[in-house]
Amino acid sequence: MESPVEIVQHTAGGVIGVSWLMIALPLLGAAILLILGRVTNRWGHLLGVAMSLASFVVAVLAFFELIGLPEAQRRQAVHLWEFIPGMVDMGLLIDPLSISFALLITGVGSLIHIYSIGYMAHDSDRRRFFAYLNLFVAAMLLLVLADNYVGLFIGWEGVGLASYLLIGFWQFKPSAAVAAKKAFVVNRVGDFGLLVGMFIIWTSFGTFAFADLGAQVGTASQGTVTAIGLLLLLGACGKSAQLPLQSWLLDAMEGPTPVSALIHAATMVTAGVYLVVRSGAFFFEPGSPQALAVAIVGAATLLAGAIIGCAKDDIKKGLAGSTMSQIGYMMLGAGLGPAGYAFAIGHLITHGFFKADMFLGAGSVMHGMNDEVDMRKYGGLRKYMPLTFATFMVGYLAIIGFPLLSGYFTKDGIIETAVHEQPVLGWLAVLGAGITGFYMSRMVFMTFFGEKRWAEDAHPHESPKVMTIPLIVLSIGSVFLGGYLILSNRLMVFLGPATGRPSDANLPEFHFASTPGLTTLALVAVGAGFAWMRYGKATVPVVAPRGSFLTTFARRDLYGDALNESLFMRPGQWLTRIAVFFDNRGIDGVVNGLAAGIGGTSGRLRRIQTGFARTYALSILIGAALLTGALLLVGNI
Amino acid sequence: MTAHYLVLSGLLFAIGALGVLIRRNAIVVFMCVELMLNACNLAFVTFARQHGNLEGQIIAFFVMVVAAAEVVVGLAIIVTIFRTRRSASVDDANLLKY
Repeated sequence: MESPVEIVQHTAGGVIGVSWLMIALPLLGAAILLILGRVTNRWGHLLGVAMSLASFVVAVLAFFELIGLPEAQRRQAVHLWEFIPGMVDMGLLIDPLSISFALLITGVGSLIHIYSIGYMAHDSDRRRFFAYLNLFVAAMLLLVLADNYVGLFIGWEGVGLASYLLIGFWQFKPSAAVAAKKAFVVNRVGDFGLLVGMFIIWTSFGTFAFADLGAQVGTASQGTVTAIGLLLLLGACGKSAQLPLQSWLLDAMEGPTPVSALIHAATMVTAGVYLVVRSGAFFFEPGSPQALAVAIVGAATLLAGAIIGCAKDDIKKGLAGSTMSQIGYMMLGAGLGPAGYAFAIGHLITHGFFKADMFLGAGSVMHGMNDEVDMRKYGGLRKYMPLTFATFMVGYLAIIGFPLLSGYFTKDGIIETAVHEQPVLGWLAVLGAGITGFYMSRMVFMTFFGEKRWAEDAHPHESPKVMTIPLIVLSIGSVFLGGYLILSNRLMVFLGPATGRPSDANLPEFHFASTPGLTTLALVAVGAGFAWMRYGKATVPVVAPRGSFLTTFARRDLYGDALNESLFMRPGQWLTRIAVFFDNRGIDGVVNGLAAGIGGTSGRLRRIQTGFARTYALSILIGAALLTGALLLVGNI
Repeated sequence: MTAHYLVLSGLLFAIGALGVLIRRNAIVVFMCVELMLNACNLAFVTFARQHGNLEGQIIAFFVMVVAAAEVVVGLAIIVTIFRTRRSASVDDANLLKY
């Protein structure tokens, strides 16, 4: 096992020296679009695309500069400024891990920017949409490029904000506004974990920088490290929609489809995987309880997401369930230590391509079908949208792990490593792959095959080129990227300096005919065949049948919302009711009672003022007599 | 020797005070107030004589000046009240109350 190399301070100039441009450019774009406002309506979307593309160019140049360096120097820390004196030096860390993410974010991000030009063409608020997209790209890049946890956290919150703004982009729809709020609130729970984890990191090690943590992590007790690991895992669960904080992702589909593709499939939701892999060298030692927890969360979520995906009729929610499930695979891989990191990141990258491809394909279908999302009202669309159909099929084959496509290599890598390291979780992942085969086939058959079940006013048509070209580029990545990254362990060797890797002699070999791999393929075939029987050959009812208990279970997101409601929301409401009661009756009672008491007493006291001058004269006389008497008693006269 | 004067002064004051408290006619009440002031004057002068100095006599002059001023204002008020209410009873002028 080779450990990560030392982080070296970047000295010479070059593109790495100005890698902050990657973040600054989209941020500038967002600022211009938001500050100048309506003035930029005509060309705002073009500026957004240009900024994203420029950021991509910087990322590519930085990537080539990085691979030009010898392996021992491939972790370059670029100091920017002293953020909190004596506490946090803001800087960027350009290493194979962060640059992989930067390429994915800016690359897929740019394609989705381009696609959005067409998708949002009829929206009067397109400029604001691009401003938020640019803001998201900037925040996400800060998240992955920062060389310390504070920078990471700022980016983390930034993407949360962008996600909130974009889910609620059509805030005139109450469902979108509620979904945005839900995403924000659930993410707060995760952020709480991340924050407390950072607090413990600071008190235990006195530093937030990745460069210093490596040397110091040995000084803390095992319990501290486990606590930090579990808290960071909570943060990762929130951002990556893993159990038990998964409930926001399905509702997040209320946002425009490009947002679902970019933020809630390709990039932001993978931030949790990034956090685990980035902290892997410090807080997730292979075999430790917290690493096992990561793997278990991943395995549980991959099954939960797959089951949810089976029952959804809303095409975007089906894809969202699938996203949960695939991120579950990544988490499982990330919980297996350096052996799994490369496959997790590899799956993350290829998933970024094929899931963005399918989400944008779904968007293209919706675009042609008057924004209809119910798959029961699709059917037979392959003839009417040939390009969308072809690219969606590529994404579909990639995600179910059709041999030699991207998903096959990366998912199989995770499954094989898991079967080797944690057999139980590994075979659960195999089962999950079979379910994936079912629900994705169901989606394809319901949408593109079978007879037409359209609404009367639907006139499906192929989308404009500005939308289909990104689809084609993404599907090319969905075909070839996985094989390129995994075969001959290219990604594993490349990531080695950042994450550690097995030594050259122990590098895993890709087996095309291993037992888990063949079982996976067989299960996927069974799943797809079953889907063909139910949704391809048989007629799909336009109105969803009632379904068995299990169907309802899956349709209701495994009762996740019901659980949250009964466990947190209702007790919370009771708590507030008790507080309100206490406030009204307790605190208000004391205050009002005091006021009423004083008021009543003075009401009685004022009766003394009779208005008769003689009464006053008498009281003066009595007073004077009393005073005189008192003075006499004291004897001062 | 001066004790008789003081007794007289006390009697006058008591009569005045009693008059203020029990009479309703504003003019009579007013006269009783004057009676009390003059009872005080008598006491002042008596003490001045007893101690053989002039302070008490000077104070008596001051009291007379104040009493004169008071009569001017007080009678004017009583006349005005009588004009508006056709009554000089102090119990009828009882609007300023709770």
